[in-house]
Amino acid sequence: MAILIDEHKKVLVQGITGREGMVRTRLMQEYGTRIVAGCTPGKGGQEIQGVPVFDTAEEALEKEGSIDVSAIFVPAPLVKGAALEAMEAGIKLLVIVPDRVPIYDVLEIDQEATRRGVKFVGPNTLGLCSPGKAIVGMIGGRAEFARQWFSPGEVGVTSRSGGITTSIAYYLNKQGIGQSTIVHVGGDVIVGLPHSEIVKLFQEDEQTKAVVMFGEIGGSQEEQVAELIAEGKFTKPLVAFIGGAAAKEGTRFSHAGAIIEGGRGTYQDKVKRLKEVGAYVVDNFGDIPAVTKKALRSIS
Amino acid sequence: MARLYEYQGKELLKTRKIPIPRGGVASTPQEAKEIAEKLDCPVVIKAQAWVTGRAALGGIKFAASPQEAQQCAADILGRKFKGVTVEKVLVEEKLDIEREFFASIIIDDQKRGPVAIFSSKGGTGIEEIARQYPSQIAFRQINVFSGLRDYQARNLVRQTGLTGGLQLKVGTVLTRLYQLARQYEARSAELNPLVVTRSGDVIAADCRIAIDDYAVFRHPELGIEIARELDRPATPLEKIAYKVEEGDFRGTFYFIQLTEDFNKDEGYIGFHGAGGGGSMMSMDALLKRGYKLANFCDTSGNPPASKVYRAAKIILSQSNIDGYFASGSGVASQEQFHSARGLVKAFLEENLSIPAVIRLGGNSEEKAIEIIQTYTKDLHAPVEGYGRDDTPDFCVSRLEKLLSKHKVKPSPPAAQSKGSPQGDLYSFDTLTGTLRIDHSQCLACQSKVCVKECIPKILKIEGEKAVLAITTEEAKKGGCIECLACELACRFHGNQAISILLPIPELEDYRRERML
Ligand code: SF4
Ligand code: SF4
Repeated sequence: MAILIDEHKKVLVQGITGREGMVRTRLMQEYGTRIVAGCTPGKGGQEIQGVPVFDTAEEALEKEGSIDVSAIFVPAPLVKGAALEAMEAGIKLLVIVPDRVPIYDVLEIDQEATRRGVKFVGPNTLGLCSPGKAIVGMIGGRAEFARQWFSPGEVGVTSRSGGITTSIAYYLNKQGIGQSTIVHVGGDVIVGLPHSEIVKLFQEDEQTKAVVMFGEIGGSQEEQVAELIAEGKFTKPLVAFIGGAAAKEGTRFSHAGAIIEGGRGTYQDKVKRLKEVGAYVVDNFGDIPAVTKKALRSIS
Repeated sequence: MARLYEYQGKELLKTRKIPIPRGGVASTPQEAKEIAEKLDCPVVIKAQAWVTGRAALGGIKFAASPQEAQQCAADILGRKFKGVTVEKVLVEEKLDIEREFFASIIIDDQKRGPVAIFSSKGGTGIEEIARQYPSQIAFRQINVFSGLRDYQARNLVRQTGLTGGLQLKVGTVLTRLYQLARQYEARSAELNPLVVTRSGDVIAADCRIAIDDYAVFRHPELGIEIARELDRPATPLEKIAYKVEEGDFRGTFYFIQLTEDFNKDEGYIGFHGAGGGGSMMSMDALLKRGYKLANFCDTSGNPPASKVYRAAKIILSQSNIDGYFASGSGVASQEQFHSARGLVKAFLEENLSIPAVIRLGGNSEEKAIEIIQTYTKDLHAPVEGYGRDDTPDFCVSRLEKLLSKHKVKPSPPAAQSKGSPQGDLYSFDTLTGTLRIDHSQCLACQSKVCVKECIPKILKIEGEKAVLAITTEEAKKGGCIECLACELACRFHGNQAISILLPIPELEDYRRERML
């Protein structure tokens, strides 16, 4: 099953004629992602790697009939326009790769997405991969490496760091643990699908038996996952690692609730909350595979 | 978040017709006196610094006369608050305060939108207010499309017990504060205290605004020099680094100094990460073993070798660091040899005198490690390269070993081969630098290795000499990807003909001043 993407999902690449767009289109295709169209304003009519390029997303949809996912590779200041365009054309899942998207733009995208029932991963995401099926974004780099590093299996991965998403999957793989889908939720304060939304999808996914989560200090994503566990809405084993144990204080966390309640999104708070609800919190990154094995054994 | 000083924030409030005290900003005691004369009333002198609790630190003083104002300004200007020198003071009429409120707009990650917070108790921090008067705080999420409507603001204020004309005035301030936050794309905008004077005016006595770093480019009118989340002005080195980042859109380069105030042999490490999560884990590993971080640096998102080189040069300009530690996520999707070449070029030029451990895991890491190991062999300082199967903890333990064995002998920077003066110089510009080939060296070169190593295949041999296979314009527009492969290959396997000059504006001056 896997979540969000697989080999059947039809993918549009927005910004396909740009530096990243072009390179990533080839990599995604080589891995098996079904890329059906691309678009760049003013560049319609050409082909990139056999993929037809249209001027607008709407035109791509008219020609293609239906498109499930849009991978957005346009410069940060243009992301809002591209995302709104894809939503209006009727695409229900966006993967917003660029970094440095202004936060009010993200808020507008988010509000529009909620209204239209659209999901988005990112911004500032390396993307996601359902091993053996599809990659959307730039996770894995070259297809041959992605094939070596990831393999299909029963563990879902959700991470706030792009590099770590890949690392976790790689180390799991080395110990013979395959993955259902690995997701880099994005590095920004506000992302379309935070950890809590991803674990809800993993909860519904039959292939996923356990989840590994890489959290970080700041924000409230990990606390929200703990909340879901406490409420019985996420019941699969969760292995969690929180980065930033020793990181210096001084980042102001912009969660008004936390400010008012005096909570602070610190390492200690997050670990405590997750342990309270029974998550496997690991202190050493290298222990993730062993603890994941243990977690899987606990349910078989 | 790019913070604005109080006086800058208040200028913005004025444009939105949010009442502020009469006054002006001064850089000298004399200017402070003149402002006080013009105001012709008792004044308050406020240090312009991003610290909390200015009053307790002596950064806020009251003066009854212009002379006294001058004296107060003289006391405050030039003083250091938490390590930062005060360069400006705000001189304002002293308000006759009856009540203090708290008003703020903040972007809340959990609510996924801007939130207006208001409390009819103000003056102290919001956490403190929340603890003491939980029933007198109200907040409300704002729709980014429709904004904060006036009746919504009034209802919010009403929840804290305000009625009548006061409710209306305060509600209006909140509505305007949101409009301002939205216009300038503020992550937070806080008026604390927002005061009611005895004559019944509602005035913003203090103001803290922080602009979204990613939106700073849309607001040149704010004159923000460096869009970074800092609680102090940028250091000279940070400004230099920021210029590099601004001038090169390929990949990300982030550099902040955690301290400038340390000596040799105190265990401070120059840190060079790649990617947020991996960097965090690697820093944790260093700190766990008792090392201290001189800086945080992140080059990620597929930067060219030239950018990594510049980052390394900047890190190494912190002259008192005892070691260099580079470590990213471990399994990066990018080709790792670009970073490897950038680091090696910097190490060679600096004639590195401190131990370095480089963990470059990910695509093509074998090649990257080989570049690190072989090309740094002749350096006096030990350099080791590791890959994805070596944990950050292990790499830190290696650094520890090297530091315990290695006696630091400062070595002068290596002379850069800039082509012999009598040589036959060929050169072309790249996106951010200049590539020079001393053609007189090429004649005796057997390997012609530069051509083989050039990934985009833009070099060729013509009459025994290496030249561009594309036009100089194409090379400058990005045809040369500044991968540095030709320079290093030629240096070690060719005939040392190539030097790539990658200027870092103002770094030379910075180092000269500090006699590096
Ligand atoms: S490797 Fe160096 S010396 Fe040899 S041809 Fe190329 S540039 Fe000239
Ligand atoms: S000439 Fe080729 S090898 Fe040399 S820096 Fe440019 S792209 Fe790299």
